[in-house]
Amino acid sequence: MTDAVVVEGLTKRFGSTTAVHEVSLVVRTGELFGCIGADGAGKTSLFRMLATLLLPDAGTARVLGLDVARDLWALRPRLGYMPGRFSLYPDLSVEENLRFFASVFGTSLEREYDQIAPIYVQLEPFRQRRAGALSGGMKQKLALCCALVHRPDILLLDEPTTGVDAVSRREFWELLARFKASGLTIIVSTPYMDEATRCDRIALMQQGRILALDTPDAITRAFARTLFAVRANDRYRTLLALREYPHTHTIYPFGEVLHYTDRRTGLPAGSVAEGVTAFLAGRGLTGVSAGTIPATIEDSFIAYLGGGAESWHASP
Amino acid sequence: MTDQIAIEARELTRTFASFTAVDRISLEVRAGEIFGFLGANGAGKTTAMRMFIGLLAPSSGTARVAGHDVYSGSEAIKRSIGYMSQRFSLYEDLTVRENIRLYGGVYGLPDKEIRARSEGMLARLGMEQSADTQVRAIPLGWRQKLSFSVALLHRPQIVFLDEPTGGVDPITRRQFWELIYQTAAEGTTVLVTTHYMDEAEYCDRISIMVAGRIGAMGTPAELKREFVTDSMDEVFVRLARPSQVEAP
Repeated sequence: MTDAVVVEGLTKRFGSTTAVHEVSLVVRTGELFGCIGADGAGKTSLFRMLATLLLPDAGTARVLGLDVARDLWALRPRLGYMPGRFSLYPDLSVEENLRFFASVFGTSLEREYDQIAPIYVQLEPFRQRRAGALSGGMKQKLALCCALVHRPDILLLDEPTTGVDAVSRREFWELLARFKASGLTIIVSTPYMDEATRCDRIALMQQGRILALDTPDAITRAFARTLFAVRANDRYRTLLALREYPHTHTIYPFGEVLHYTDRRTGLPAGSVAEGVTAFLAGRGLTGVSAGTIPATIEDSFIAYLGGGAESWHASP
Repeated sequence: MTDQIAIEARELTRTFASFTAVDRISLEVRAGEIFGFLGANGAGKTTAMRMFIGLLAPSSGTARVAGHDVYSGSEAIKRSIGYMSQRFSLYEDLTVRENIRLYGGVYGLPDKEIRARSEGMLARLGMEQSADTQVRAIPLGWRQKLSFSVALLHRPQIVFLDEPTGGVDPITRRQFWELIYQTAAEGTTVLVTTHYMDEAEYCDRISIMVAGRIGAMGTPAELKREFVTDSMDEVFVRLARPSQVEAP
């Protein structure tokens, strides 16, 4: 089977900004592939180039074996694209939107019903409702139906879960898993690290570049140091104290706890944890404990960013 | 954190015709606490927030925000709170300094005071060099830090943050949470609303609204213990899903 997407040296500039910088990647047929990165990482520009909506300044991209710049008319009917912003007609009803998108691709809702049925059953009770009056989660589902109604071979979903609550988000990912199981290739972007583990493989993106590309497991396994979760009653004072601890390599807030790595390598985890807790107790902090934990995608992302994140202190 | 209460609601209720959007909710948020106020779309979160910030009168129940009654003191409440939304807070085609001056004026600060506080803020943020740059031209992380500072310009007792770190990179996100910790440590109460449970885990305590009621309240660790899971997402979904059918 050929690869669904082959991108080589793809670059897109807007004025003095390089939105996508020499990106190369391969997405296999049938894969659920995630582009993970913050706003401004270049995800949307990459997706728009793959969707034939934006011409690259350099490099090439082949989708389903077709060149995105030369073969766009052959490619367009075969891809489904869901842009980041709600892009349906708010004044048309749910059903009218679907019929419109089906007719654009020369087909009909009736003919494609089985394709979208898993999602459409949830929308059908509201089929007369104006799309603009739907909740966020329902809008996303309608947009997904409209992107699928012409039976594309590949689906490009740009931040489909941004602004959607946790329940709808989970339902959305469950739907994607079903479509993936039917053999569809899906490329999805998200700024949310916790969604990365839903993908077969992910690309971590920052400022137009790919920092890492692998399975979520491989990316977290590659985290080089032993990671500790440090708990204490006063998180903020604990953070400030550990900044002054001579053995600290990294220390940052992570939800309820702080994540710590030690400068010294090869020391038993137990003695590192003891050292940290003794230091904090000496600083008068209470409720202190430290123990090792596996790294998450977010920890790995932070490690890859190193000092390369957009800093408050850098000159704009 | 002190024992002072920043937000106190008792049986707070709001109905719209026959629909009860907020149904007898009670909660207490302590001064200097970072409180996460969560709920699925349509759970009543926005209606409750609008009552807290003095934009909507309750149908019944009582609430005091920053020491003022929500029925009789809504104007005093508005002066005692700050608000920052991730999506919209600053005017992009105004400069950094113009934004500060605009909000200072909105909050009713005298010109002299605005000038003094602007200079102090710009120095603290290390943004003197960019004071006359349009906001659209400064990086997202800077903008966020600036809009947070602007929301604190009139030294409110409580600051409301709507998805404060959505869409930023993980390092910028942590710098922002540190700023929130620092603000809370100085005694300002921080109320956070977000759709993202991993963001909620940074809060001292959270409440989750379900169908107009408070379905659960506690520290993130307490809630995870109660629901026997290590994921806040799971807590949220289990609370919100019994209804299963999403509002259209």
